[in-house]
This record gives sequence, structure tokens and C-alpha cells, in this order.
Amino acid sequence: MFQNIINGISVLAIPLILLFIPIYGYFKKVKVYEVFTEGAKEGFEVAIKIIPFLVAIFLAISVFRSSGAMDFLAWILAPITNFIGMPGELLPLAFMRPLSGSGALGIVSNLVTTYGPDSMIGRMASVMMGSTETTFYILAVYFGSISVRKTRHALPAALTADLAGIISSVIICHIIFD
Amino acid sequence: MINIVWLILLSVGIIVAGFSCLGIENTSAGWIMEPTWAPLMDITNSVFGEAKHAVTLAFGLIGIMALWLGIMKIAEKSGLIQVIAKGLKPIMVWLFPEVPPDHPAMGSIIMAIAASMLGLGNAATPLGLKAIGELQKLNKIKDTATNAMCTYMAMSTSSVTIIPATIVGIRSAANSTNPTEVIGPVIVATGISTTVAIIMSKLLQKLPRYQLPEVDGTVDTIEEN
Repeated sequence: MFQNIINGISVLAIPLILLFIPIYGYFKKVKVYEVFTEGAKEGFEVAIKIIPFLVAIFLAISVFRSSGAMDFLAWILAPITNFIGMPGELLPLAFMRPLSGSGALGIVSNLVTTYGPDSMIGRMASVMMGSTETTFYILAVYFGSISVRKTRHALPAALTADLAGIISSVIICHIIFD
Repeated sequence: MINIVWLILLSVGIIVAGFSCLGIENTSAGWIMEPTWAPLMDITNSVFGEAKHAVTLAFGLIGIMALWLGIMKIAEKSGLIQVIAKGLKPIMVWLFPEVPPDHPAMGSIIMAIAASMLGLGNAATPLGLKAIGELQKLNKIKDTATNAMCTYMAMSTSSVTIIPATIVGIRSAANSTNPTEVIGPVIVATGISTTVAIIMSKLLQKLPRYQLPEVDGTVDTIEEN
């Protein structure tokens, strides 16, 4: 039941949005075709802009993995990751995610291409990436912009939420894809 | 921070590979040593391979990103985001009791959250900065975060997402048979993390160590003076 609903949302989301948004835009007198291409241009820029970050992270991750250092780290932390059913390969992602968006994106891309997007690791990495944020960066930028120095409980609350996001990604993937 | 993480991944990896070159192994015949260049050669090969891989992946991403940002531009221009914002208003009043319902801060927060829900990363950041700026206007102690700020920050860092566009793009660029199958799980996971963010910020603000110092007067009187 739960699985069917989740799968239904996954299947329907994109077609419904592709149907609804242009029709809505048309009735609101938006020049849908022209505005679409205008936005699409930005997509090109985004994809090109992330290349340096992807190369930097792919480099570091491939060295860390092909040297065997990753296996060693996974082995040390195995008791914790096994407990929540998380493959050790996802550890670097869990550490990188709150620190750097482009860094985490690089790790996800790497995991997805190395283990395959439809493997359990690929799926978990995708869900983790989609459901958490670059906490330290956002807090620094936002609070920095208004010169607030005493951030009180913002960081502990945000990090607890990240942890909840990571653990629930693992559990949900087991429920849906196992 | 990211500088340190990057450096550690790179240097620890190379040092570990260097040690593996010594070929020290614990076999049945006791400790033996068989020096070999293989681990360092593996690193050289995989580094060049992955650098090339990064670029082919980014090229695969161009089409999907263009498609998504095109659709989102229509949503933006048609005022759909404002419609979503209106629908979310009752929840906002409950989330931010310190903020007057008609204060501009409310509108900005809703717009920022609506934009990030739709995966409009670039539009979400300026809207978010506007929102936190509006909250600062209600702040009595300017260098200290208010409860509303902490709740808002916890929510934005837990990333309320409906469409994880970049992830779908990456999966599709990596030839997934079903790139969008993660959308449902992402919505559930992000829902849980956002709920935890709200609960934690509401609970933590009651702890003595996170109490706001007492201040006389209200913001309005300070501004009038």
C-alpha cells in the first residue's frame, strides 16, 4: 500500500507537472514557448558551471576509493552503518552533504555511475542527496547576510534534521526497493 | 571546511596507496613483504578516467536541466509560486507565532520555501535572503537569532522538496531505467527531516541555554525612537 502510493507519486509527478504548469501559464497569458526556452538556456549554464566541481570531487573520491582507504573507513564504521542498514560506500556522502552542495553532488554522481543508478547504493545516494541540504553553507550565508553571530539552536536543530533525513532515506529505500 | 575534507580524501588516499605498495601481508607463512607499484598505478589510471567521466556526466545533464528550468520559468512567470504561497499561509501562522500574519516576512518565507520545493535553487536563495532580512527587522537583539529565524533556518536546511530535479537529471544521465523512481522516497524523507527540524527548533528554544535574553519594550517602540 505504502509502496504503491510512493511509486505512484514517483511515476505521476513529472507528467502531471509537464501538463499542469504550461496550461496554467497559457491561461495566465504567459508566452509559454518563449519563456520555456529562456529558462532552458539557464539549464545549459548550470550543467557547464558544475564541471569544475565534479572534476575536483571525482578526483578526490576516486583516489580515496581506489587506494583502499574507503574500504578501511567503511570497515571501522561498519557497526554503526550496519545498525541502520546503510552501505559503507555512502559514508563520504553523509559527511560531505552538510558541508558542500557541489561536493555532495560530485559524490552522488560518482556513486551513481560507479554502482549504477538502479543499484541500492545509487538509489540511497539519490534519495539522501534530494532530501538533505548544505546546512553549514546555508547557515553561514543567511546569518552572515544579517550579521547575526549568536545563532542559538539553529545549528543543532538543522543537524538533527539532516541526520533524520539520512536515516530515513536509508529506511525508505529498504522499504520501497528491497 | 570543504578545503580540509577535499585535501584529506586526496592525501589519505595517496598515502594509503603508498603503503600498499610495500605489499606487506600476513599469510599462513607469517608476515611477508612483496613490493609492487600496482596500487599507485591504479590511482593514476582511475584519476584520469574519473576526470573524463565528470565531463561526460555534466554533458548528459544539460538536456534535463534545460527541460526543468524551462518549465520552472513558466511557473515563475505565471505567478504559480504566489498561488502556492497563499495556500501555505495557515501553516505559516502556526510555525512562526512571533511574526505578525501580515508582516512582509511571512510572504518572503513562503515564497522562498515554495521556490525550493519546486527545485528552483537559484531563485530560492535570493528569496531566502530576503526572508531572513525581513525577520531581522522584527529582531530586538540584532546579533542574536530569534526563534522564528531558527525555525526558518532549520526548515530551509532540511530542504523541503517536491521535485529533486538535479538528482533525476544525474540518474538519467547515468542511464537509469527509471530516473524518477526516487521522487516518492525523496518526498517522504524530506517530509520526515523537515518535521524533525520543526520539532527540534520548537523544543530546543525552550532549553535554558538557548533562551533569549530579556529585553524591555517592543520592536515598534525601538523603531519609533
